[in-house]
Amino acid sequence: MQHRSKVVLLGPQRFKPTLSSALRSLDIEGSLAVITAGWQEREGEVEELDEHVGFESTDLRLYERFDRVMAEDPELFEALRRRQDRLQQLQELYRVRLSHTLEAARELMRRDAPAELLPAERRSAIRALRTLDSGHLRRVAAIHQAFEENWKPGERPAVVREREEIAAVIDGCAGIAVAGGHVAVLLNRMRLFGIGEMVGDRPVVAWSAGAMALSERVVLFHDNPPQGRGNAEVIESGLGLFRGVLPLPHAGRRLDLDDPVRVALFARRFAPAFCLALDDEVRLDWEDERLIPVHGVRRLDRRGRVLGVSA
Amino acid sequence: MKPGGPLGELLDLETIDGAAIDAFLTDRWFPLVEESQATFVYRGEADEVNLRHWIYGLQSSQPFTRVEGTDLWYLVMELPDCSRVEYKIELIRGDGIQWIRDPLNDQLAHDPFGANSVAHGKGYAFPSWAEHDSEARPGTLQDVVFNSKRLGGPQHVKVYLPARFRSRRRYPLIVVHDGPDYVRFAALKIVLDNLIHRQEIPPVIAALTHSHDRLKYYGAHADHARYVVDELVPRLEKAYPLVDRPSARALMGASFGAVASLHTAWSNPGYFGKVLVQSGSFAFSDIGKHRRGPAFDPVVEWMNAFRADPGRPTDQIFVSCGTYESLIYENRSVIPLLQSTGMQVRYVEARDGHNWENWRDRLREGLSWLFPGPLWMVYE
Repeated sequence: MQHRSKVVLLGPQRFKPTLSSALRSLDIEGSLAVITAGWQEREGEVEELDEHVGFESTDLRLYERFDRVMAEDPELFEALRRRQDRLQQLQELYRVRLSHTLEAARELMRRDAPAELLPAERRSAIRALRTLDSGHLRRVAAIHQAFEENWKPGERPAVVREREEIAAVIDGCAGIAVAGGHVAVLLNRMRLFGIGEMVGDRPVVAWSAGAMALSERVVLFHDNPPQGRGNAEVIESGLGLFRGVLPLPHAGRRLDLDDPVRVALFARRFAPAFCLALDDEVRLDWEDERLIPVHGVRRLDRRGRVLGVSA
Repeated sequence: MKPGGPLGELLDLETIDGAAIDAFLTDRWFPLVEESQATFVYRGEADEVNLRHWIYGLQSSQPFTRVEGTDLWYLVMELPDCSRVEYKIELIRGDGIQWIRDPLNDQLAHDPFGANSVAHGKGYAFPSWAEHDSEARPGTLQDVVFNSKRLGGPQHVKVYLPARFRSRRRYPLIVVHDGPDYVRFAALKIVLDNLIHRQEIPPVIAALTHSHDRLKYYGAHADHARYVVDELVPRLEKAYPLVDRPSARALMGASFGAVASLHTAWSNPGYFGKVLVQSGSFAFSDIGKHRRGPAFDPVVEWMNAFRADPGRPTDQIFVSCGTYESLIYENRSVIPLLQSTGMQVRYVEARDGHNWENWRDRLREGLSWLFPGPLWMVYE
């Protein structure tokens, strides 16, 4: 789907907020629809955000609306729960294959071997990873598609009513801001209420999980989690409001950017998308089908470096 | 062990005078750690100098060697990678014996008895998640006092509430034995703040308990187990929004606090879904009398009963122990027993002793295993 809207991706907003200046540059003042569903129970606690932007925003309350729909439509609730169980099972199976495939790729990236042999082996290992990721995304998409076809959530009265209300609010706003939080919760709510189709030509500003949810595919990542191997994994397609970029919020903290092997493997696995670090104060625009690095954008490159990206 | 490195170079000099020693001591961190050995150094007059440490398996007193004709003493000791060793220096002058902290080492570890010097083996890294993080929103501590019929008299409990506490949410509960000591010596509040901030554990409420007679009440005492289940938790459930199910209820403790935790869970099977025990004083006897002193009598009696019939005290249990502490034997012994019950068991060892910083360093692994947070999914 081609989107006409301008999308602005920002770094995390808690400590060095840049939303206000981004909104000013987009001439958005006084009428902003905000999505904070990723904050879950804290949805709607936008006092700090409003103080920062200098006016009262309108939270779309997708998390609350979702709960309301589920209470009103228990049949849909059960169907959604079954879908989520199935997706979770599929994700666990994918992880089993991923851990071995990724381990092999890491081993080959670190190993010394004759120059006439090694590059081809590395390419094959990365190709195997990419095949695994894309196959997984297809299976996930098939589950979503089957759910859409069987249950037609967009036609169910409780959903229709909420969608109409949301659309009316968005119609009165000059732009939309999508905050971070729990990326799957956020994406599920945005998908159920058809936010992608409501954007129109309004500018969208997103940060952290918000930026991930608007991308083409959502990749979960952390190189040093307290448990497990820290294997980055694809989880599903995003809303696809911009293309060619894998946004990596808090990359400086979550990824071991000093490890060239991990960086190179990450960049090569997700190429041709640009793996871009979305750390504090970063701004990246998507307009007229092209990327414009506005401030502080860094890219993970296939040689294991983290390079600044200029316009 | 023969010294190498900078000390070896000093000892190779034809004349070792005060200036040469001054130069050797300047701008160096002590003990010197090279590969898997540490060189401890002391400068001063004494008849004997010894290293006093708490590494089980080594003589607890290791003699320094005097560099002939000088007031410089040294000891080269094996220090395996990633070790963490607490120690003092013993000075013997005439009839006088004095234990001091290493004047050449400002690394200290504190405990209820004071502070010790600390030597770190190669590869040991202070856990960043145990340091104050200005980005982490701090939780709060509230004082709760109530009368206990079981224990007789007022009980003082500090209750940790996570940052962004909301009364309409529901939280898991961790009952922490020796809780105030965990906060003071193992940075528990900072650790909880940080792990919650990093989404490595969910927001939790922790009841930081302590006992006025811990050797008695933490030593597998039935009144303590009943106090926790009949008085403490119900009291907290009335005052705070807690999730009312076993999987959201945990017990935690170290040393005798670990005994209290496991004993309380064992006495109330199915009530606590998670237990975290560190360096548990799980003394037992196969035959005859144990040798650990009278405070252990009830512990040994209970552990023997537990070993005979462990039941299934909880669903998930995290156990950690230092390989340099005497309790390593008991802790290793209890693991197959715990596994035989069908519980999920995670056991971790570290090259460390029976001390609070060992327990601090294992908190991330234990807490995040018992209460995995949404880290993987959350990008704020």
